[in-house]
Amino acid sequence: MKQQELLNIPPLTEGIDRVDGRLKVTGAAKYAAEFEVPGMTYAVFANSTITKGTIKTIDTKAAERAPGVLAVFTYLNAPKVPGYQTGGDPSKPPSGGGPLKLFVDNTVKYNGQPVAMVIADSFERATYAASLVKAEYTKEPHQTDTSKVLDKAATPKGPRFADYKRGTPDDWQSVPVKLEAEYVVPIDVHNPMELSAIIAHWTADDKLTVYDKTQGVKSTQNAIAQAFKLPPDNVQVTAKFVGGAFGNALRTWPHEIAAVMAAKQVKRPVKLVLTRDMQFYTVGYRPYTWQKINIGATADGKLTNLVHEARAQTSSFEEFTEGTVNMTRFMYACPNVGTIYKITPVDVNTPTWMRGPGEATGAFALECAIDELADKLNMDPIELRVRNHADTDPENGKPFSTKYLKEAYQMGADKIGWQNRKSKPRSVQEDGWLIGYGMGSGVFGAGRGRATVKATMQSDGVLLLQTSVTDIGVGTGTAMTQIASEVFTGIPVSKIKFELGDSSLPPSPTQGGSMITSTVGGAVHDACVALKEKFQQLIGNGGTDKPDYIQVLKDKNIPQLDVTITSSGNSEMRNFSSYSYSVHFVQVKVHPKTGVVRINKVVSVADSGHIVSPKTARSQVIGGAIGGIGMALMEEGVIDHRFGRYVNADLANYHVPVHADIPHIEALFVNKPDYKVNPMGAKGMGEIALIGMSAAVANAVYNATGKRVRELPITPDKLLG
Amino acid sequence: MKQFQYVRPANQQGVLAAIAQPGTKIIAGGSNLVDLMKHGVMAPDKLVDINKLPLRNISGISNGLHIGALALNSQVAEDQQVKTKFPLLSQALTAGASAQLRNMATVGGNMMQRTRCPYFYDTAMPCNKRAPGTGCGAKEGFNRMHAIFGFSDKCIAVHPSDMCIALAALDATVLIQGRKGTRHLKFTDFHRLPGTTPELDNNLAKDELITGVEIPNNNFAQHSYYLKVRDRASYAFALISVAAALDIQNGIIKDARLAMGGVAHKPWRLTTAEQLLKGKPATVATFEQAAQTAMQGAKAFKDNAFKLQMAPASITEALTHAAGLV
Ligand SMILES: Cc1cc2nc3c(=O)[nH]c(=O)nc-3n(C[C@H](O)[C@H](O)[C@H](O)COP(=O)(O)OP(=O)(O)OC[C@H]3O[C@@H](n4cnc5c(N)ncnc54)[C@H](O)[C@@H]3O)c2cc1C
Ligand code: SF4
Repeated sequence: MKQQELLNIPPLTEGIDRVDGRLKVTGAAKYAAEFEVPGMTYAVFANSTITKGTIKTIDTKAAERAPGVLAVFTYLNAPKVPGYQTGGDPSKPPSGGGPLKLFVDNTVKYNGQPVAMVIADSFERATYAASLVKAEYTKEPHQTDTSKVLDKAATPKGPRFADYKRGTPDDWQSVPVKLEAEYVVPIDVHNPMELSAIIAHWTADDKLTVYDKTQGVKSTQNAIAQAFKLPPDNVQVTAKFVGGAFGNALRTWPHEIAAVMAAKQVKRPVKLVLTRDMQFYTVGYRPYTWQKINIGATADGKLTNLVHEARAQTSSFEEFTEGTVNMTRFMYACPNVGTIYKITPVDVNTPTWMRGPGEATGAFALECAIDELADKLNMDPIELRVRNHADTDPENGKPFSTKYLKEAYQMGADKIGWQNRKSKPRSVQEDGWLIGYGMGSGVFGAGRGRATVKATMQSDGVLLLQTSVTDIGVGTGTAMTQIASEVFTGIPVSKIKFELGDSSLPPSPTQGGSMITSTVGGAVHDACVALKEKFQQLIGNGGTDKPDYIQVLKDKNIPQLDVTITSSGNSEMRNFSSYSYSVHFVQVKVHPKTGVVRINKVVSVADSGHIVSPKTARSQVIGGAIGGIGMALMEEGVIDHRFGRYVNADLANYHVPVHADIPHIEALFVNKPDYKVNPMGAKGMGEIALIGMSAAVANAVYNATGKRVRELPITPDKLLG
Repeated sequence: MKQFQYVRPANQQGVLAAIAQPGTKIIAGGSNLVDLMKHGVMAPDKLVDINKLPLRNISGISNGLHIGALALNSQVAEDQQVKTKFPLLSQALTAGASAQLRNMATVGGNMMQRTRCPYFYDTAMPCNKRAPGTGCGAKEGFNRMHAIFGFSDKCIAVHPSDMCIALAALDATVLIQGRKGTRHLKFTDFHRLPGTTPELDNNLAKDELITGVEIPNNNFAQHSYYLKVRDRASYAFALISVAAALDIQNGIIKDARLAMGGVAHKPWRLTTAEQLLKGKPATVATFEQAAQTAMQGAKAFKDNAFKLQMAPASITEALTHAAGLV
């Protein structure tokens, strides 16, 4: 019998095509930097070449005299941003401290920090003029090497980061099988295709329009309004298309505030697009994180003790924190569990969330350690996981709303051909390459937030849905259209229009944390249901379920019918633990002489409730797997710590996977609804698509070679000898 | 980027006159030069575009093949004569860069491309090649990609080309045109070692133009292989590359050519190893011996010690492939 039938899984429907696919492939989709405003000027930064200290002198005369230059701003002449002075921070810091304020004083906190901003009538002229800015510095000793200051790491403030203890995790006396291992995830830098970009256009003294690369038009609106002491409605933020963000546009960064400030001062619209190398120094990265896992188990593979410690970097001026160790508390049924999370400041720009944020870092350590334990116990790694399956949430004792992790293990194992895996490493060779299999799982919280959606039935029969959410490439517009079409059965998809990415639309949260399908989808669903009811009331008794809406509006002589609905999760959710799960399987080949690793096969299984938009969901899984392969095999931002500067700040030297690195990726879905989370039964899947993937690759490399690489990325040099 | 002038002379004379002036620079495909200009590493006052010159042809000559300096990397890689007579060159070219870049890159430009040392690229860092006397940032810095042969106290950079490794192995000749006339250089004499003048990559004078390369006929077509070991499957520079060409008759190696990339400031011909291979049976044991010989004198830095192991392994692997043993 097929697996599908065995589990009684409803077959996936085909799903609709990406609603904006045509716009994207024809170039008609407009991204922030592509807008043109009459009188546009261009901003380019001159950046610090020292890592820590103060600006002694800064000479902007040559830059000011250069052709086409309108203004050069430094800390000496930049107008004060009003929100900076009152202590109201324009862009909320991730945890503690405060964001960098540009051009307020002469201090340099990290290499690459902007020290001057040139505004000129073309990008090329601004770039040239910026190269003429000459700064002299008083240098102070700096530290950018996190590995050297791990002992200085401290627990961040707040209950979320306090040491966690369940039972007696440190009690090792009677434990028959022990494992201790250290893992390192390096800096992984945000390198989406689209660079950070903003156009700031003041249309009146107290009003402006902003085209921005952002994951949240509302949060950008608020950040700018606060910084410039404006009513939020005076700031109009547009982000219709976003060319990949992965977390780097969750915040309003200091350079964006600077662009708005400059536009006000030169009284012309200012366009600021970061260069690729600036991207490394400006919009965050996955922080370098050292981790240690201690496991105790019985000889038959029951976990008894589990301790997970992580120490990560942050900047000297801001505390960045993420949920690196959280998964260890509930992923496996283990009575004695401890987690410790610490951060340590270094002289760099502030890290930020990167797809599958801390969980991806944590899952690399935990899921490798479980594999190492399986090896020690001479037990199949899936069997070990099944033996320690958590039937209820061991962290809080709550039942799971739904959890089909065991099914996901099985589906993936069947598809990849797990039975061909040999438990003894380095035992399969084909055409001179070593072959290995590995797996790793991922988990991420599934919730539902608050969103407002306006649903309008127009006189032409078009159903218009409006909310301010952005689509960072994941296919939000497509998923929302699909959800609406399932409520309004009978209305063709081509007659459903989803309008997004504008701060003047009803509010939705920032796109991030795998929450949007659930949150905005829930609100779209509720708005559509409410609009249908409104129609039923209008028609009165005896109306059909699928009325001719155009006719109804005509008969009643009303131009359109609309509802605006704000909705969020229900309180019942609090009685359950809700997570999305993923299980990744890979087959790798490793060249025994050169250490080259190639991925032969990938199967990723998602247990994320009902799959509302199969096509874009598949793309999410594929993209996450590719991101995970990059994290596992090649991504690493390398800093020369003597200078505090990156030595691979471009796409030739900072490697992400290219087509030739990626085999066919099989995306499988358990596709069982979780109606406790939202009425569609759908849970998020953006993060789980990546979380656990790097462990799967590392485990497969171990299975192929017998070499356990605990420090990412697994480059050929680490597999020699 | 600094503002600059641009000329596109109609003929060779015009080009030669233009490049004799100070501050000028030839531009062909622009895929390396423009990049360096954007980074502020090179800042010519005037670009001399040579694309009007009739240097695009690939044609058979009495003792081999002539390839014009403006022949595109993709064009050479796909050329039937090249594929039949010198498959090693075709393989090396397709191992380089990306399809888009190969469609722009020319043979002359590829030979003249500059090192990918990150300190060379970043004007905020010290680099003797970019700014003589400022020191070598890589020597005590990040030097994973750097040389294990032929480096100097002043510079430890490697030449990044794949094409040039094959041309060095194939005994090619470089055709050079100056205002006083034409000269020929052995390909292996074209690029330089850094010595005390790391600012010089090669022996082409400022006022000279590469017009083409010539490859003599050989008996290696049956048994040649270009191996490129890199951090990802495509679009990455070599950690180590090996161009291996063998003339095998009845299981015995009659003649051999070997060159390595990613190890030195110039394509690194392994002549001692070639000598060792001659007359020996084409077996893995022979190849391993040759690989050991080739490594004599190699010395590593902080981050590139792995090359001492990867290089001989790659030589053996490339020869094994060339011999058809895998
Ligand atoms: C991202 C990236 C990845 C790459 N990866 C690889 C790789 O893996 N392997 C590889 O081998 N290469 C790689 N390259 C380099 C590529 O091969 C070179 O950029 C290309 O060959 C240069 O040729 P061009 O015609 O564009 O040269 P241009 O950029 O036009 O010129 C380069 C230099 O050559 C000079 N020049 C050009 N023609 C002549 C001539 N006829 N006579 C005298 N001087 C001349 C110019 O003055 C200039 O100094 C990569 C490049 C990039 C950007
Ligand atoms: S190795 Fe050469 S190119 Fe690199 S920093 Fe040193 S001198 Fe410059």
